Amino acid sequence: MEFIFYFGDVFTPVNFGLLLLGTIGGLILGATPGLSPTMAVALLIPFTFQLEAAQGLILLGAAYTSTVAGGAVSAILLKIPGAPANIATTLDGHTMAQKGEGAKALQLSFLSSAVGGIFGVLLLIFLTPVLAKWALAFGPSHLFWLAILGVTVIGSLDSRSVVKGLLSGCIGLWLATIGFDDIMGAQRFIFHPALGGGINIIAALIGLFAIPQVITMFAKGRHNDGAEVIQVRKHPIGAALSELMRNKRAMGIGTITGSIIGLIPGVGGQIAGLVAYDQSRKFSPERAKFGTGHPEGLVAAESANNAMVGPSLVPLLTLSIPGSPTAAVLLGGLLIHGIFPGTDLFDNHPDVAWTFINSMLIGQVLMCLFGLYVAGVAARVAQVPQSVMAAVVLGLAVFGSYSVQSSMGDVYVMAALGVMMYFLERFGFSAAPLVLGLILGPIAEANFIQGSMIANATDGMTPYFLGGSLNLFLIAVVIASIAYSAYMELRSRRFTSKEEIMA
Amino acid sequence: MKNLLAGAAIALIGLTTSAFADGHANYPERPIMMMVSYGAGGATDFQARIVTMTAGNEDALGMPIAILNKPGAGGRVGWNWLAGQAEADGYTLGAYNVPHFIAQSIKGGVEYSADSFEPIANWGADPAVLVVGADSEFNTLQDVVDFARANPGKLTTSGAGLFVGHHIAALQMEKAGDMKMAYIPTKGGGAAAMKAVIAGEVMAGINNLSDAFRAREAGNVKILAVADLERNDFLPDVPTMMESGLDVDNASVNFRGVMVPKGTPQGIIDKLAATVPTMFENKRVAGKMKAGGSPMHIMTRDEVLAMWAKREETLKVLLAGL
Repeated sequence: MEFIFYFGDVFTPVNFGLLLLGTIGGLILGATPGLSPTMAVALLIPFTFQLEAAQGLILLGAAYTSTVAGGAVSAILLKIPGAPANIATTLDGHTMAQKGEGAKALQLSFLSSAVGGIFGVLLLIFLTPVLAKWALAFGPSHLFWLAILGVTVIGSLDSRSVVKGLLSGCIGLWLATIGFDDIMGAQRFIFHPALGGGINIIAALIGLFAIPQVITMFAKGRHNDGAEVIQVRKHPIGAALSELMRNKRAMGIGTITGSIIGLIPGVGGQIAGLVAYDQSRKFSPERAKFGTGHPEGLVAAESANNAMVGPSLVPLLTLSIPGSPTAAVLLGGLLIHGIFPGTDLFDNHPDVAWTFINSMLIGQVLMCLFGLYVAGVAARVAQVPQSVMAAVVLGLAVFGSYSVQSSMGDVYVMAALGVMMYFLERFGFSAAPLVLGLILGPIAEANFIQGSMIANATDGMTPYFLGGSLNLFLIAVVIASIAYSAYMELRSRRFTSKEEIMA
Repeated sequence: MKNLLAGAAIALIGLTTSAFADGHANYPERPIMMMVSYGAGGATDFQARIVTMTAGNEDALGMPIAILNKPGAGGRVGWNWLAGQAEADGYTLGAYNVPHFIAQSIKGGVEYSADSFEPIANWGADPAVLVVGADSEFNTLQDVVDFARANPGKLTTSGAGLFVGHHIAALQMEKAGDMKMAYIPTKGGGAAAMKAVIAGEVMAGINNLSDAFRAREAGNVKILAVADLERNDFLPDVPTMMESGLDVDNASVNFRGVMVPKGTPQGIIDKLAATVPTMFENKRVAGKMKAGGSPMHIMTRDEVLAMWAKREETLKVLLAGL
């Protein structure tokens, strides 16, 4: 209960001002394609040099929370996921926006972000010591099985045909092999220096999601056949709240999945949204509606990606191990003031630690309030003619992919993948499974190689990968996931015809 | 701000009139960019931001230095860019990590070597240390060596990747102790390698002194030895590997500093080489570096040139058999 004691510190004028600044700035940065939470926090680091430790962390923490949520804005209105965390948001969020429910989608996404986010921070406050042990429990073999679990989701994600889903997943897995391999030092498929570092995930996201849109908009020319003009109907916040109440199951699944996955170092928020989306679909009686602008999917995805924020800081704050790139940047923010995360932080600088954590709690609420305001304004902003919209999205796509690491190579990668995706979409493939393959490939590969090196030096592959209760549990879940998909496939007899795919 | 505006004005005038008078008396006339080949938030990035924060002062360069991150492939992406694409006009600097970039250039597949760059000055030296989990049965370097000799290839040892300081230290240990370890490179840098040690996934680990120092403060690891010539100020109680009987020198120490691409005008190199070391000596810089647990080691251009040459020689021998 120590944290309540430090609540007052959040509301001193300077601290609260910084919190507001971080939240609003974070929302704007998050809504800009290409500016991921990690980048937003890194951009703010130089400012914290001049601030006190607690103040600097308030600014960084607020920016982290609200960039994650702000990414939903471009995901919903433009179908550009600002960060991997927002991929699942596009699936139902953008379809809602196409149906004229953009305001409702934004309201729902900010409300469920706040619910998930607050739950995540509360976990951080009350269960940190327990969670720290869990975070350490995941070794290479477990992360490998976790990635395989993610792979089992690929086939059924946002695709009418399981085969095509799996095929695009394979394309993603292949794209993930490009570049220098960090573990063995091998060079794979590098035909141009721009590919030396591999395919940047943010550039790929922008290309795969935004460019096919842009091409479609241009291809339609001046004829407004109404397909992509986004009209945003006003939507009362009260109605959004009651809609949220109707989706308690999705919110629960999203929040819990996000919290658990956020905890695992190295996997983090990238797949939290997608896994939560898939799980809530499996448990939903209305699973056929997912992907057609169904609020349930949106709620699950957004509550998950904000729920992971709190737990993702557990390994950093307790063990001094940054579990994600964003956590690594926050570590810099602590070190610059000579504060070492771990026991030092909570014993010797409780004012810094708790003020920081409390401010994230308040930040979630502020983020939600500003987000709801944005949702109202968005109704006016999004009424842009299609031709103008295409140009704006294209500009943002180029800007976003360049700004990730100031590299023109990323822009070429973005454009090439985007054009490829345009044609793939015409043949019924979709971008989400491809991106999932791109994210999971390196996780599965690196952990398998690392695990097998350890296994070969110790007691052999079989006991290492197939022994231990956590391994067996994960394998059981993998089998259950495959069996469930097969069962559903057989039961509904989805012999997908060409016409259905094109529809 | 005033400095900045004044600087911008001078830069404008400079552009039109006197740019070619003697060359570089007015350098720098506009803000300078420094490329860091690791991501924002990493140790190199963090230290680079600190040591360059006083660049705008009158007694330093008088112009701010902006950090540009070009991460990827263990630094290869950034250094490839600096060697091949960056303009050698003195306004593009780069941060180096030795032995990383020298070892990579020896192993091939990159477009640079030590000859592609001109060093300016060194700011930091982060030695590799041998760490084991807090509850490990190993208490001295000798325990580890004994185990590795008795069980060849069974001692799992994590490190941040191949051809980085950690890997070099492991190779040197194997050679000096006439033993075989199982070096496990991790993806995700030193943090992931440290996590593997703390979680007990591996029996030992080689990591940065600065990170290990923090982990020890948090009570998570024991530090058994430092791969350097002398004991470190941060860890006066930890012996060097040589003291413990393993003939490992400082070839794996992670030196960080500033360099420019080859072809940068000599006048600018001289000016930078004269100014930058004094910039590193600034009290504010030293204070922030110490607070963050980052050991400083300032070296001038000539010292760095000698160090690079020596490193290249050692590494060529060490990596020849791989």
